[in-house]
Amino acid sequence: MSKQRLNIIKIITMILIVASLIISGKAFLAHRNYKEAVVAGPSVTEVKTLGDYFAPLKGSVADCNIYILDSGKPGGTIFLIGGSHPEEPATNLTAEIFAENAVLKQGKLIIAIRANRSASTVTRPGDAYPQFYNIKTDWGTKKFRMGDRWSNPLDSWPDPEVYVHYPSKQMLAYMDIRNINRTWPGKKDGSITEQICYGFMNVIKEENVDLFIDLHEAELEYPVISTIVAHESGQNIAAMASMMLTDMEFAEPIGIEFSPKSLHGLSHREIGDHSDAVSLLFETPEPFLDRVRGVTDERLLLEGKDPFVMRAGKFGLLYESIDEDGWPIDVRVGRHCSTTLMVSQIWNQTNPGKGVIIENIPKYADVIDNGVGHYFKNPDEAVAEKVFYE
Amino acid sequence: MGILNTVIEFSYYLLSAFIAFVLIREIYKTENYQEAVLYSVILVPFILRILRIK
Repeated sequence: MSKQRLNIIKIITMILIVASLIISGKAFLAHRNYKEAVVAGPSVTEVKTLGDYFAPLKGSVADCNIYILDSGKPGGTIFLIGGSHPEEPATNLTAEIFAENAVLKQGKLIIAIRANRSASTVTRPGDAYPQFYNIKTDWGTKKFRMGDRWSNPLDSWPDPEVYVHYPSKQMLAYMDIRNINRTWPGKKDGSITEQICYGFMNVIKEENVDLFIDLHEAELEYPVISTIVAHESGQNIAAMASMMLTDMEFAEPIGIEFSPKSLHGLSHREIGDHSDAVSLLFETPEPFLDRVRGVTDERLLLEGKDPFVMRAGKFGLLYESIDEDGWPIDVRVGRHCSTTLMVSQIWNQTNPGKGVIIENIPKYADVIDNGVGHYFKNPDEAVAEKVFYE
Repeated sequence: MGILNTVIEFSYYLLSAFIAFVLIREIYKTENYQEAVLYSVILVPFILRILRIK
């Protein structure tokens, strides 16, 4: 090949590479910097950030909003977090429904919609994840960032060869040093994800949290699904909630799992062990996460229908049933809303004087009837002081 | 611990910059067009990481 022809190929290649860098770079930056508007609900009395509880995080990518809903009437305190794993959208959508709608009649409710903000600023292009998803509301379409299970490598890099959990010293998978549900109870001078958990532990201690709820979703191939995972201190509440919801509300049952004592870093284990709070974790099914799924797009994320996952079910490879109706986002969010309400109701019955009475939150059947979007407020019509950005 | 993490992270950015430099030099020097295309593709993630975009 002549020198001139070689140079032409090199120049064309570099032009194509620079063009792809610009196009992909713009898309990545747009996703990382996209802000979701949240209209603080009627009972939100204060909006702090995680940095208010752990100063090193102030102003950082991990500095998520902490919504405080205080009834002014003495009672208990419930702390609800969504977005631990931002690839599980029913979690942040549920937390946002609570932040925008809940009316507190007694006690205090604290909410983090995007518990791991860093993980919500990155997706998995190699797994064909969409960057955003859109929810239809009564006033238009609301756009949300899709995220990943792990904190953004831009905020925590490189991973160690082996992640040694603090303080148990248990050895875990290397990438789980960026997994917020493997870094509890956190470490003051650790990685950013360990610091996030340390910050949340400060919230739990400073706000005297009585009941902690961590929202999640799981693939149907995973055995811990459609369940409440409970620390020993919360087993009675979880068992009662599981029975009540299965009997009275849900089309498909919700179970209970005991938090394993020897598996460290998970919220249901470490928060119960390192604070006075009762710790529970809720799981709903999300076919989007299954490894055997087909086309990976926004439709699968929101409708939860996939023929390949269904086929896996026919071969008995799943831990949850799935049919042509799939697991739509309305069903998943509805289950999280009802489970949270039921758990708080049982908490109130079993802890007189420490009640947290939450009203104006839709139950399972309401969310299915009206759709998730029905419960989101229009930020353009809200007073500016009431609008916060995630 | 925090300082050590920062030092390690910074050294990884230096390593990425060095690898990007070597790739660019090889793209310039090679007389095989397939190698030039291959090195260009490999270069993309290093540039995105050095610029802290991805």
